[in-house]
Amino acid sequence: MSKNDIKVALIGNPNTGKTSLFNQLTGLNQKVGNYPGVTVDKKEGTSKLSATQNAIITDLPGTYSINPTSLDESIVLKTLLKKDIKESPDVILVVADVENLKRNLLLFSQIKDLEIPTVLAINMVDQMHRKGISIDLSLLKKELNTEVILISARKSEGIDEIKEAIIRCHIAAKASPLCGIDHKIDPDYFHKLKEISPNYSLYELWLMVTQSNFPETITKEEKEKLLSFKQDTSKLKKYQHKETIYRYQEINKILKKTYIVDKTKATDLRGRLDKIFTHRIFGYVLFSLILLVIFQSIFDLASVPMDLIDGTFAQIADFAKSNLPKGVLTDLLTEGIIPGIGGVIIFIPQIAILFLFIAILEETGYMSRVVFLMDKIMRRFGMNGKSVIPLISGTACAIPAIMATRTISSWKERLITILVTPFTTCSARLPVYAILIALIIPDIKIFGFLNLQGLVLLLLYALGFASAIIAAYILHKTLKVESKSFFVVEMPNYKLPSIKNVFFEVVEKTKAFVFGAGKIILALSIVLWFLASNGGSSYKNAQKTVVENAAYQHLNEDEIQQKIASLKLENSYIGMLGKTIEPVIRPLGYDWKIGIALITSFAAREVFVGTLATIYSVEADDENTSTIKEKMASEINPDTGEKRFNFPVGMSLMIFYAFAMQCMATFAIVKRETKGWKWPLIQLFGLAFLAYISSFLTYQILS
Amino acid sequence: MSTIADLHKGEIGYISEESLDVIPLKLLEMGCIPGAEVILIQLAPLKDPLYICVNGSHLAIRKETADLIKILKSE
Repeated sequence: MSKNDIKVALIGNPNTGKTSLFNQLTGLNQKVGNYPGVTVDKKEGTSKLSATQNAIITDLPGTYSINPTSLDESIVLKTLLKKDIKESPDVILVVADVENLKRNLLLFSQIKDLEIPTVLAINMVDQMHRKGISIDLSLLKKELNTEVILISARKSEGIDEIKEAIIRCHIAAKASPLCGIDHKIDPDYFHKLKEISPNYSLYELWLMVTQSNFPETITKEEKEKLLSFKQDTSKLKKYQHKETIYRYQEINKILKKTYIVDKTKATDLRGRLDKIFTHRIFGYVLFSLILLVIFQSIFDLASVPMDLIDGTFAQIADFAKSNLPKGVLTDLLTEGIIPGIGGVIIFIPQIAILFLFIAILEETGYMSRVVFLMDKIMRRFGMNGKSVIPLISGTACAIPAIMATRTISSWKERLITILVTPFTTCSARLPVYAILIALIIPDIKIFGFLNLQGLVLLLLYALGFASAIIAAYILHKTLKVESKSFFVVEMPNYKLPSIKNVFFEVVEKTKAFVFGAGKIILALSIVLWFLASNGGSSYKNAQKTVVENAAYQHLNEDEIQQKIASLKLENSYIGMLGKTIEPVIRPLGYDWKIGIALITSFAAREVFVGTLATIYSVEADDENTSTIKEKMASEINPDTGEKRFNFPVGMSLMIFYAFAMQCMATFAIVKRETKGWKWPLIQLFGLAFLAYISSFLTYQILS
Repeated sequence: MSTIADLHKGEIGYISEESLDVIPLKLLEMGCIPGAEVILIQLAPLKDPLYICVNGSHLAIRKETADLIKILKSE
C-alpha cells in the first residue's frame, strides 16, 4: 500500500450485490483481517483504478442504516467517524439495489451528511427493464449532488465507470450534506450541537450523541458537552424518529422526479416463488427435501477426497521417516506435526461442501425464507429463525457455525444457539462413530433393505439435533439473561447464485475453520505427542524390559517392537494420565487405554481413532481402519474375559462422544464470541456432566 | 383501530401517524414509516411471523411487533 492509494469504503444494504462489486473491483487481491479489538472480519482488497492510481477498498458489513443494532453494523459507524488520516476513508462508495432504491437511499443520505466524498453505484440495472423501472440519471445526479453510476456487478458492467468516478470524486474532494437535518427538526437544538466543535460535521456530532460512539480525536471538553445532550433520552429518540421520516420525505421528493416504476411491465416471479417456498405445508416439505439432499451429498461427495488426504498424509509421514535422520525432531515431525496437519486438512472436503450449499442457499435468497418458516418454531426453544443456519452448519464444524450466530441480534437467543450448537453431529464425530458402529452393530439389513449400521448412524444424528432442541428449551426456561429482542428480516428477491461469490464465501468459511480450529488441533497434537513419547523411568526402560523378557517368550522381532511400543505408551505421561482417570471412567465401561484416547481426543474427536491405533500397536505403515478395527475387536477385558469393545461399551462411548464437548477449538471460539470464560466453562462442564451421566446409565443398563 | 396483525393475506393498509413512536427505529429505517402502504404477503403457521411489503421493502416481522403498528385499511 502506498501513500497515494485512495482509501475507499464500500457500504450498502445487505442483498444489494455489494460483495459482487467488491469481488469485481478487487478480484483475487483481497485479504481478511480483523478490526482492532473486535472479532468482526475486515475484508480489504486493492483495485487498479487507472494506470497510475490504486485504491484500497474495504468491504464494510452490510447495513440498513449507520445507526447500528449489531456488532457488525457498529463497525460501519466506527470506520466512518474516524478522523485518522491513515484510516479514515477518502471516498465512500455506496451500493444500492435498483429495485429497492428508496430504502437504499436512506443509508446514502446519512452518509452524504457526514460530508465525505461519496459515489453512488446503482446495481442490478440489468433487471430494470424486467421490473418496469426507468431512471432519469442526469437529474438524479443533480438532485443527489453526487456521482451516480449505473452498474451490473454480476455482468461486470459499469465497473470502469466506477473506477473513473472514484478518481474524479477524490480529486474534486467536495462533499455537501444532502438532508441538512438541523433546520427541519429543531433549529435551536441542532445549532447548539453544531457549536460544540468545528472539526466535525453536524451529523457526525449528532451520531456521537445518539450512538455514544466517540472517535479518539475528540477532546475531553467536547465530549462532556456532547454527553450533556444525551440527558433527555426521550427527546433523542423522538428526534431520531423525526430525522428518519424527514429523510424519507426528501428521498420521495427526489425519486418522484427521477425514478418511475411501471408495474404493468413488471413480472412477478418473486410472488409466484414465494407462494411455494413460504407455503405453510409445501414450504416445510421443500426445506426437508433440501436438507436431505445436502446431507446425502456431504457423505457421497466428501468420501473420495477425504480418503485421498488420509493416504497422502500417511505417505508424507512415511517418506519423512525413512528419509530424515533419526531423532527427536524427526519424531516430532512424523508423529506430531504431519498427522496433526493431516487431522485438520481431512475435514476440509466436508466443511467446504456444506458451506457451498449454505452459500448457494444464501445467495439465492432462499435462506431468508427458511428464517421466516422456522422463526416461530425455534422461538419456542428460546432461539430465533436465524438459529437454523448455525445448527445446520454445526453438522460440519461448530467453529464457523458459532461465528454464524452473529446475525442474531437478541443476545439471549444468540447465546442459547451458541450453547447448543456443539450437540449437532459435527464431522469430527464421524470417524469415531464409524469405527464403533463397525465393531458393535452387525452389518445386516432389516426389513430387507435398511442397513442397520446406517440406521444407527442416522439415529445418532437425530440424537444430536433432539438434544440440541431439548437443551435449548431448558436454557430458555432457566436462563435469566437481559436482552431486548427485536426481529426483522429482509426477504430479498430471488436470484441465481453468482459462482464467484459462492466460491469466495466457501474459501472464507473454510479458512475460518483451518485457522480457527486448525491452530489449536495442531498445537494440541504436538503437546499430546510430547506426553505420549516421554515418561518416567519405566518408560525409559521399556526397551530393556521387553528385550530381557523376549528370550523366555520366544517372540520374533516384530512382536518385540510392538511390545516395546505398548509398554512405552503405558508408562508415558499420557499413559499415567489414563491410569489416573481409570477409576472415574470405569463405571462407564472404559479402561485406562480408552482413557488415554478420551484425553487425546480433546484436541479433536477423531484423534480417538488414531490414539487407539497407537495403543493397540498397529504398525505405522499399516494404519487402515480394518486393522485398527481387528485389533480393537480382539481386545479382551481381563476382568471378565469378554471382548473389551462389546455392545455396552461401544454404546456408552458413542453416547459419550455425542454429548461431551471434546473440542478445544469450540471452547476457544465460544470464549471469543461470548467475551469471557463464564459461558465456555459452563458449556464444557455442563456437557461433560451430561455425557458422563448418560454414558454411565447406558453402560449400566446394557451390561 | 386495526394493526398490521389484523391484515388478511393480500390486503393493503396504510400505517397511521400515531404509530410513529412505537415503531422501532430499525423498522422505520427499513421503510416502515407513517403513511406508507403495507401489504400482507404471507403468514407463517400460527400467524407468526408475518411477511409484509411496506414502502417497497419486503420484510418478515414477528406478530408482537405487528400488533403495535396501527394501520388504516383502504376501503
